[in-house]
Amino acid sequence: MSSLYSDLITSDRAEALKYELTEEERAEIIAEIGHYENPRAASIEALKIVQKRQGWVPDEAIPAVAEVLGIPASDVEGVATFYSQIFRQPVGRHIIRLCDSMVCFINGYETLRGKIKSELGIDVGQTTSDDRFTLIPVVCLGNCDKSPAMMVDDDTYSNLSPDNLMSVLEAYK
Amino acid sequence: MATIHIDGKEYEVDGADNLLQACLSLGLDVPYFCWHPSLGSVGSCRQCAVKQYRDKDDTRGRLVMSCMTGIQDDSYISIEDDEAVKFRASIVEYLMRNHPHDCPVCAEGGHCHLQDMTVMTGHSKRRYRQEKRTHQNQYLGPFVKHEMNRCIACYRCVRFYKDYAGGTDLGVYGAHDNVYFGRAKDGVLESEFSGNLTEVCPTGVFTDKTHGDHYTRKWDLQFAPSICHGCSSGCNTSPGERYGEVRRIENRYNGQVNQYFLCDRGRFGYGYVNNADRPRLALLRDPSAEEADITLSVDAALDRTAERLKRARRVIGIGSPRASLESNFALRELVGAENFSTGIEAGELERLHLMQRMLRESGLPTPSQREIEHHDAVIVLGEDLTQTAARIALSLRQAARGGAVELAGQYKIPDWNAAAIDNYAQGYKHPVFMATVTETKLDDIARGTYHGSPDEIARFGFGIAAALDASAPSVGDLDDDVQRQVADIVQVLKNAKRPLIIAGESLRSNAVLKAAFNIAKAVKGAGLNGSLTLVPSEANSMGLAMLGGESLDWAIKEFAREEADAAVVLENDLYRRLPAKRVDEALDNVDTLLVVDHTPTPTCLRADIVLPAATFAEGDGTLVSQEGRAQRFFQVYDPSYYRPNDQTHEAWRWLHALHTTIEDRKVDWTQLDQVTLEVANAVPALAGIVDAAPNASFRIKGQKIARSPHRSSGRTAMRANLSVVEPRQPQDKDSMLAFSMEGYNGTHEPRQQIPFAWSPGWNSPQAWNKFQDEVGGSLRAGDPGIRLIEPDADSDTRGLGYFSDIPSAFQLYHDRWQVVPLYHLHGSEETSARAKPVQERTPDAYIALGAADVETLGLDRASKVRVRVGKHELLLPLRISSQLRRGVIGIPRGFENIPVDIFGEWARLEQEVRA
Repeated sequence: MSSLYSDLITSDRAEALKYELTEEERAEIIAEIGHYENPRAASIEALKIVQKRQGWVPDEAIPAVAEVLGIPASDVEGVATFYSQIFRQPVGRHIIRLCDSMVCFINGYETLRGKIKSELGIDVGQTTSDDRFTLIPVVCLGNCDKSPAMMVDDDTYSNLSPDNLMSVLEAYK
Repeated sequence: MATIHIDGKEYEVDGADNLLQACLSLGLDVPYFCWHPSLGSVGSCRQCAVKQYRDKDDTRGRLVMSCMTGIQDDSYISIEDDEAVKFRASIVEYLMRNHPHDCPVCAEGGHCHLQDMTVMTGHSKRRYRQEKRTHQNQYLGPFVKHEMNRCIACYRCVRFYKDYAGGTDLGVYGAHDNVYFGRAKDGVLESEFSGNLTEVCPTGVFTDKTHGDHYTRKWDLQFAPSICHGCSSGCNTSPGERYGEVRRIENRYNGQVNQYFLCDRGRFGYGYVNNADRPRLALLRDPSAEEADITLSVDAALDRTAERLKRARRVIGIGSPRASLESNFALRELVGAENFSTGIEAGELERLHLMQRMLRESGLPTPSQREIEHHDAVIVLGEDLTQTAARIALSLRQAARGGAVELAGQYKIPDWNAAAIDNYAQGYKHPVFMATVTETKLDDIARGTYHGSPDEIARFGFGIAAALDASAPSVGDLDDDVQRQVADIVQVLKNAKRPLIIAGESLRSNAVLKAAFNIAKAVKGAGLNGSLTLVPSEANSMGLAMLGGESLDWAIKEFAREEADAAVVLENDLYRRLPAKRVDEALDNVDTLLVVDHTPTPTCLRADIVLPAATFAEGDGTLVSQEGRAQRFFQVYDPSYYRPNDQTHEAWRWLHALHTTIEDRKVDWTQLDQVTLEVANAVPALAGIVDAAPNASFRIKGQKIARSPHRSSGRTAMRANLSVVEPRQPQDKDSMLAFSMEGYNGTHEPRQQIPFAWSPGWNSPQAWNKFQDEVGGSLRAGDPGIRLIEPDADSDTRGLGYFSDIPSAFQLYHDRWQVVPLYHLHGSEETSARAKPVQERTPDAYIALGAADVETLGLDRASKVRVRVGKHELLLPLRISSQLRRGVIGIPRGFENIPVDIFGEWARLEQEVRA
């Protein structure tokens, strides 16, 4: 958007100035852009970079990322709202991704979800009051032969049951 | 061509189309949502499914999306197949699942594509009993209202806004069954074409907010075929009226001009028609009398005006490029050709005549807006098109996008397959080069931009011509990097199949026009099949230059020299054209100032006598657009129907009545056609205007054309507050249209003049399909208007030669800045600037400086700058341009309180210290 006309209205540019990406984040995003022919292709990685530091992607970060990528904020917002693993609200220190797709569903997803609800007091999409865990559903971790499965942060766990579930989670402070 | 069999019948269709286009072009009803004639196919809504068979013996067939299926010769299709019918019904049912039951309070109701398609597919009962998903709506500015719950996720809005119009602030968010179309945050939609969302959206997500403020259903509006007066593009519009007010403006399809789209000035700038401060009665101002204005009856007004004009030594008539040819001609007849001024400033008039010579003698034709889309290399010299002739900027975008279509076409991707084209071409565009004073909103499609002062832009153009043809005068001292850019452009031009050169009036530079001419001539000389587009400033600038007449400067001088003592000013505000001081001095010498206008301009406020003229909504007339297309606009409503005392009439009626009163003879001109014919007979260049539209005797099956839809309601009650006796409907002797729902409104009989698009089952703007020779093509009766200017056949040998008066290089001073005009779609045009929603979008006047100058001067971003130009002193807030060159400042033109004689002059600057 050209600067001469953008002064008329609340512009993306003015929004972008409100949010500071760190030098490292900016450098990482620029490095990602270098991997692609079109900077737009680095949108997801750029959002992951922001999420890595903050744990989630606040609204104000969208125009800042858009400015580095040189694409409209509405495009970045589109990507950021499309992917369920880009978080748009604050999340807990650890993310529980509980698989709810076909095989896990048959093999006990609902029991596990109930167990988490009773033990931690959170349902899908919720965060514990001590900000320790956020529970979100995920569609297939590729572990159907060892279902039900879940991920906690970057670790994958299989053959879960209500009996072993809490001991797995206990390790995450 | 290809032969296809649909439900047992054989049809000849265009083999390059898809099945949906073919079916619709044949007049068959196939429901659809995501497809749009201008946007192509993406196959996302699944509504247009039909059955396709392997061959004539295949009885099972398979469902295909007709919009995504190319035509195969000798193929067999069924629309009525039971499975296809059921499938389509189920799609509407899915789409309607979350749709609210709010048609009675929805502004789209009655011209809603979703309603039409739901009825067409027979989905009349909702089985879905669960909760509907709901959304929050956004504030999108004064033009467009947002109501996301109605969304059926067809994606048309973003495809128009981003892909077609180049907008950046409307997007789609979320995934699967929870998607949201809007801005990333609440805020004004920034695109100059946002109003088209109201027609592109098949339902009521985006509706016209200006209409909502005084809402009337489509079926209760009275329409007429009209022509936008907002700039010289000549877009066709359908204004809708109720109770003596224009309630909205819709697009009117013209396959050669605006097709399906208007700019926001044209759509939302109509408010001045309804303003309460308009003169509606003839007024006499007697400065000696105690009371202010005396209103007069029509007869008294004519008698007293005639008496005063008769007493005058000499009467000079000042016409207007925002008035019709007929009104200007009536003025010329009244005062005599030797006393007629066009009302156009001398420099501009000279450039208009230059433009017309160029169009005849460059050897290149001037394209229609539709044809602009089919050029594969474009050079724009000086015009910020998005602000000065926005609809042309939209056509230019399509020319650039044509690169993607062509590239994909080489790999057999058809031109309707929008998603595949975009995927394949990855944003590849035909080359567009822009030479402008500042950044523009077309920069995103430009392969190269050049920024300089008006003279430098001209030099850049002269440089291109010289590099293309060695016999063209060379510039000599162009900088090396400019030379390189010129060489690149020349290379592109030489490889182009159809290059286009665009220039215009906005920089008020003869040199820029001449440079454009030299390029055009060089292009022609190189044997390239190019075109030339020239953009004058106002709706009828072209027509008035063809009609002829002296400049406004001439008229003012005659008054100043006391060579004349009476002035008749037609729909013109002289203060917008010449310095106030000069106008004042001249008018001080005028004993009788008669102003015939519809708007209380500063000139009108000085008048001794005011006669209330019709706007486009209350009168008919002919305008000539930038491509030399003469087009007729027709009266939408009779203002005296609701306001019996209203004396508003076309200016030509007033002026002719005055003429005959002075001469004490009978009125000759009783209808528009007589005036149009007289203009055509008197001015050979305008001979064609008679054919710009059918005349008043045109009938279809003995009927006039209806201005209102069949269901127009409440006629017997509409005037009941005035009198319970329902008067006869106003009779329109000037046109083939009736002020009534009685009359022809169908699609079967060919007709060019279509007040509103409607066809049984098709209430939305998609009904235009039914009037076209093929969907998205031309109207079956031919696109409205007639072109008056074509290049001379012998221009090579007898026409204008190369111009050689090349301006010298820009001189940078440390203490002086050249003032260049900047334009705003919302604010720079006189009449639309009086519409409240447009005022909300108009910036405060400002001074623009390049970033480098701001730094050198040490200006504070938030500061105000005192600008001294000649005797003027302005205090303006600062706006920083990233592209404005050093030594040049930009100030918006056409704004209130910005003097007219500062542009091109040199200014001194001073920072205002903030308290």
